[in-house]
Order: sequence, then C-alpha cells, then structure tokens
Amino acid sequence: MTIATRIDAPVGIHGPRRGAWHVAEYRLRNMWKWRSAIISFGIGHPVLYLASIGLGVGLLVDTSSGGVDGVPYLVFLGPALLATAALQGGGDETMFPTLAGFLWNKLFYSMRATSLTGAQIADGVLLAAGFRVLFTTLTYWLVLAIFGAVSWSTAPSLVALGLLAGLAWGAVMLAATSFVKHEDGFLSLVGRLIVMPMFLFSGTFYPLDALPLAIRWVGWISPLWHATELGRWLSYGLALPWWQLAISVIYLLALAVGGLLIGRRQFERRLTS
Amino acid sequence: MITAAAVAIADRRTGRFGSSIYSGRPYATILRNFAALRTSNAFVFFTGFVEPVIFLLAFGYGVGSLVGTIDVAGQQVPYAAYLAPALLASSAMNGAIIDSTFNVFFKMHFMKLYHAMMSTSLGALDVALGEIGWAMLRGGTYAVGFMVVAAVFGLLTSWWSLLMIPAAVLVAFAFASVGMTLTSYMKSFQQLNWVQFWILPMFLFSGTFFPITAYPEWLQAIITVTPLWQAIAMMRGLALGMFDLGLLVHVLYFAVFVVVGLTLTTRRLNALFLR
Amino acid sequence: MWLGERVIHARALTKTYGDFTAVAGIDFDVQPGESFGILGPNGAGKSTTMRMLGATLQRSSGDLRILDHDPVSDGPLIRAHLGVVPQEDNLDTELTVAENIYTYGRYFGLKRGYLRGRVDDLLAFAQLEDKRDAKVDDLSGGMKRRLTIARGLVNEPTILLLDEPTTGLDPQARHVLWDRLFRLKETGVTLVITTHHMDEAEQLCDRLVVMDRARIVAEGSPADLIRRYSTREVVEVRFGSDRNAEVATQLEGIGERREVLADRILVYTDTGEADLEHIVGRGFMPVTSLVRRSSLEDVFLHLTGRSLADE
Repeated sequence: MTIATRIDAPVGIHGPRRGAWHVAEYRLRNMWKWRSAIISFGIGHPVLYLASIGLGVGLLVDTSSGGVDGVPYLVFLGPALLATAALQGGGDETMFPTLAGFLWNKLFYSMRATSLTGAQIADGVLLAAGFRVLFTTLTYWLVLAIFGAVSWSTAPSLVALGLLAGLAWGAVMLAATSFVKHEDGFLSLVGRLIVMPMFLFSGTFYPLDALPLAIRWVGWISPLWHATELGRWLSYGLALPWWQLAISVIYLLALAVGGLLIGRRQFERRLTS
Repeated sequence: MITAAAVAIADRRTGRFGSSIYSGRPYATILRNFAALRTSNAFVFFTGFVEPVIFLLAFGYGVGSLVGTIDVAGQQVPYAAYLAPALLASSAMNGAIIDSTFNVFFKMHFMKLYHAMMSTSLGALDVALGEIGWAMLRGGTYAVGFMVVAAVFGLLTSWWSLLMIPAAVLVAFAFASVGMTLTSYMKSFQQLNWVQFWILPMFLFSGTFFPITAYPEWLQAIITVTPLWQAIAMMRGLALGMFDLGLLVHVLYFAVFVVVGLTLTTRRLNALFLR
Repeated sequence: MWLGERVIHARALTKTYGDFTAVAGIDFDVQPGESFGILGPNGAGKSTTMRMLGATLQRSSGDLRILDHDPVSDGPLIRAHLGVVPQEDNLDTELTVAENIYTYGRYFGLKRGYLRGRVDDLLAFAQLEDKRDAKVDDLSGGMKRRLTIARGLVNEPTILLLDEPTTGLDPQARHVLWDRLFRLKETGVTLVITTHHMDEAEQLCDRLVVMDRARIVAEGSPADLIRRYSTREVVEVRFGSDRNAEVATQLEGIGERREVLADRILVYTDTGEADLEHIVGRGFMPVTSLVRRSSLEDVFLHLTGRSLADE
C-alpha cells in the first residue's frame, strides 16, 4: 500500500508530469456540462450569420457592387466568420475559467494546494480551450462548406488557422484575466470595448480599406484581422504580399506564446503569494 | 402609543385595492439602482451606449460603401440612414432584455436583493414596476445618446425623428415587462443563455441589416409578427417620416406586451416571495 | 379584536409544501418587550416559522396575528412594524455601508431628511462609523451582521426578527453582537430569535420554545426548562469510541439517568464530583472527564434523544 503506486509519475519541482493534462481534463469535463449550449451555439451561430448577413447583405452587396475582391460576398465573409468564432471560443474558455478559478469559486487555489504548479494550471486551461476551439472551428467550417462559402478542400488549412487564432486570443485573455482583482466591469470592458470593436473593425464584414485611415489601425493590431486575411488567402486566394503573410503568422504565434508565458508567470505568482 | 413613521406611511394605503402587493413606491427601486450606478456600475452603464454606435459606424459606413442606397417604399435611403433606426430599436430591446433577465436574475438569486426588499413594506408590484421603470430610463438614456450621434452624422432629416426617443422607451417597456416574467421562471444561468439564443436571430433577421423582401413570403409573414421587426418598422416609419395606420398597430402591439408582462410578473413575484 | 399583551399570536400555525410538513401546528404568544427564542436543530422549522412571522411566507393553515393584523391581507403594513435579520446576510453588495441603510429606509418610504440623521445613529449603534463609505464585500462577517441588524432597525420596528443571528461568527464578534442586542432590548424592542446555539438562547432569551421536527416540544424560560427537564449537574466521561457503549451498561445506579453518545457518556446528577469518584471507584478510568452545570443542550437531548448539533 505505497502511495507511489497511486500516482502515474513522480512529482518533481515542476509538478506531476502530465499536470496540465489533468487540469485540461477537469476543464473538458466542465465544458461537457454545457454541451447542449456549446453545440447549439456552435451550429446556430454560423447558420444564423450566413443566412442573414451572408445571404441578405450579400444580395445587396452583390447586386450593387458585384461582390468583394472579385468573389461573392458570402465567400468573402466565410473565413472572417470562422476566424471570429475561433477567437471567441478561445477567449471565452480562458477568460471565464480564469475568473472563476481566481475569484468566483477560487478553484485554482485548491488545485495549487495539490502537487500542480501555477504554470501547469495555466497550460491546462489553454489546452482545454484549444480543444474547444478545434471543435468550434470544425463545426463552423462544415456549415460554411454546406453554404458553399468555402470549398471542401480547405478543411485542413482553415481548421489549423482557426486553432492558431483561437489559441492566440485565448492566451492573450488568459494572461489579461490572470491580473484581474475585482470582476466589476471587467466582462463589460472586454465585451464592449475590446471584443465588439475588434469584431466590427477588423475587415470582417467589409475590406479594411473602406474605413477612414484614422481607425484602420484597429484592424492592424487586431489578431482577428490577421487571421481573417490569412483565411481569405487560404480560402479563395486573396492576393497578399509574402511579407504580410509572414507578419500575420508571426504575430499570431507571438501572441499565443507571449500570452501563455505571461499567464504562466502570473498564475504561479498569484497562487503562491 | 407613538407610531413610527414607516407604519404611518404604510397605514395610509391599508385597505385600498391592491394594498397587499403595492405600496405606491416603484421609485424606491429606481433610487436604489441610481445609488448602485454611482457606487458600482457607472462604467458598465455608460459603455452600454458604445455598442449601437460602433455598429452604426462599421455597418453604416463600412458595409454601406459596398451597398450604396436602399429602396424603402420608393425612397432611396443611404445605407447608414436605413440602419440607424433599426440599431436604435435593437439596442432598446437588448438593453431592456439584459436589465430584466441577467441583471434581475443576479439580483434575485445571488444578491437576494428582492428578498431584502420584500421584507420591507414594499410589495411585489413596487419591485416589478421599479425594475421595469429603470430599464425604460436606461433605454431612454441610450436612445438620446444614439440620436445625438446619428444627428452628428447627418442621419436625422426631420424633427419627427425625435419621436424615436419615446418609441425606444415604449420598446424597452415591453421587452422589460416580458423579460421580467421569463426571469421569474428561470432557475439557472444556462437557461439565461437561451434568451440570448433567441435574441440573436431576431437581431439578424428582423430587417435590421437588409429588407425582409429577400425572404420567401411565408417567412416574411412570420417575421412581421415578431417583436423586434415591429419595433424596427415603427422606428423606420418615424425616422423616414412615414406616418400611417401601421404605426398605430405597432404601438398597440407593444401595449399588449406591456400589460401581459406586468400582470404575469407581479403574479410570479408574489408566488416567489410570499408563498 | 385587540389581543391585549401579545404582539404575536400563533395558533395551530402550519406550513406544508406538498407532502412535506415544515411547521406542524404550533402555538405560541410573544409579549411586548420580551426576548423570545425559538431553539432547535437545523431543519426543525425555525426559519419557516420566522418567514411566516415576517409576512413573507403565507401559512398553509392555522391562525397568525401580528400586532393584531393578519399577514395575508396586511403584509406591507405588518412589515412596516418589523425589522428582519435573515439567516444569510442579504446586504446590497453594489452599495456602500451607509447607502445600504439609507436605501432600505427609502423602501419604507421614509423621507430623505429623516433618514440622514437616522443613518448616522444606526452606524454609531452598529459601530461602523469608519466604514460608512466601504463596500459591503470589504466588511468582516461580524460587521456585515451588525450592518444587517442596523438596516433592520431603520424603520424603528416594534419587533425585530433575528434568524440565527450569530451563526458563523467568531466568539469575539458574537459577544459584540449580543451586547448590541441587549441594548436594543433595553429600549423596549421585542426580539424574536431563532438559534441552534444553547449558549445564545441562554444569553439572550427571556423565554423560549424548543422546536424539533416541525413541532414545539417544550416552552419556558431557560432556567425553568433546565430545572424541569434536566438535573443540576452533568458528568461527561469518555472511554474511547469503541468502549463507551459497553462501559455505560456497567454504570447502573450512578446518577439519575445516563445518555450514551457516540463520543462520550453523560451522567445526569445533582452531585457531579461524587459520582465521578464512583465511576472511578468501580474501576473505570475515563480518558477524559468533566463535571459541568446542565445546559439547554441537555434539555434538548432529553426531549428528543438527539444532540442539537446533529443534522
């Protein structure tokens, strides 16, 4: 009856070997409870946006200016909506668990009281968010394909892009939320002053050039714009210079890695002070 | 025996019709919300105004540059001007629904605010009217703010469009009454999510962004009976100066919503807190 | 019908939820100015009774008069007479300390000018003057409790209903709170208190009823109940969880009667020290032993066969 037989790996100073996976497993079990909402929103959201903005506004745009970038409006919109859903999924699944873990039910503190480290908890939350993003992106891509907004061969590339974009934004929100001391207004701040403007000013519904130069910078710093541009390149071959492609990929990667590193450090700091 | 002031105040209404559910003080709830606004919620309150404005900028000008003008009953209307009344209607709906569902649910189940209120001499109808009145005030405030922005962008063409402000208050009144009723039946946050689930299609399909003539006739018929379409049609009529009998129908439609919502809400609150 | 010297009058008061009976036909009266306790374990029906007294829960049957009014038809009027301190603080977390009292006063329709002075008085009473602009979430448990009481006093109530007023507080915070309640009692406010702490009932209540499983099982002053249902002293002896029951069978004849609990044996007697010597004399060496005066806990144990702490 030794204790060692009951844990799968020795515990070192970096915590149990697969600690992040244990945290991710807990997060995924938690998401499972919300499965009906996740699935119905996962399917409902693209269907609704494509059927209304995609087809309805599409009709107006195509009759008045013959599409955008030389493709029908629906094709132009598809990759942008996919990227939006990926970012949203990644952001929600890191922001809410982090708020809950530090403030609402303080679960992170009891996790840290086991042999898990703060960095592992951060990793686990982002890892689980990655699974959610993968699911959301796959569902979204399927709906887009059924609507004819993307061609069937784009599946691997667009889903991989969605995963990258979702992890990038997820990592940013993980890091940002780990610094929140009081929830007062934080959710509104993020929703109304960051996510909503990002959604509307990132060239999602119209090319960024349609905006006055004075607010075009919102798009340039927005991971959504970078993901959208990459998505359009992958989906219908939007002509982009190689350096813009490189910048967009590097930017998203940098957000994912940077966010996670900052998040890890702040998780550990906050859970041990 | 010396009578305390609170007793004297309550005594004045005793025996009057409805005195077991109403003390004539919906303002008490509104004052409470004002105090909470100052102390805790100012930021949330004022950023609520941002959403319709950035929708107007992004869609009105961004998508507008792709769309050009839209034909409304023979008038050629710039896309931004077509959109503005619809966004005002949606934001009145959204604000009222958020206030009367999420915020009321939180106050009911987490803060236990209504338990505290109902252990004073307030009645269920005071609380219900107060919360609904607050949602209207908020809706009205946002409407005024939005109108200022619309005016600055030259989207208001006649003084008649000022009528959109009382119209927004009426829309908020109706949605808040019904929202309160729904909330009183809800047990968990998951159920609240379903409210959002129905709000989104209304927002997207009620002729907000494009005329519903894009749909087959049977679908158009369904859409015209939904509340947001009614609100948008009313607002557009006022904004573009198209006054006809239809306007009266829209007003009546919302009046019915208000009466039904208020009746059910009061009954439910009584059941929740006094049984 | 004026009920004379009774502010609360309950006869066959009953509350059922479907098949479940939360309160099963209880009778009691509360006199003006007295401090009346309802003692019982969790789930005995105390809070349900309190909510009926507070005119926020309708009775299923029986009769209830509060200050000569029926709570069903005159809810708001009765509530204007009452101060309510619920079991869980339901303070307004979006307001400051002072705003909590002020706003609550406005719920009663009290005027702004009147309330300004009243808020200051109540903050002083609750010893929260330096916390006046703090948010509720920043208060300690004891402070929140005092604020809830202060808030309940804003309308100068005739009766103050306190549901488990000190549950969850540390000993020091409890004593501060008891002190405040004594002062209130001195001003003539009628207190109705539910509790499952015997020491609280003994400290605060002039008279109490003991509730168990929806019924009242005894009524009287704390001293009176102890005299009637227990002995002067109690000897508590522990022999280890697995031996208590066995030893108890061999203590026949010592004390008036004996109770065996899971962790100890209680011997009821008027001569504690002598009986403890008897036990040792019979060759039983307890792991620990204690001679103490009888308390309401013993009354409860005797009346119901269960300890108050059992849930």
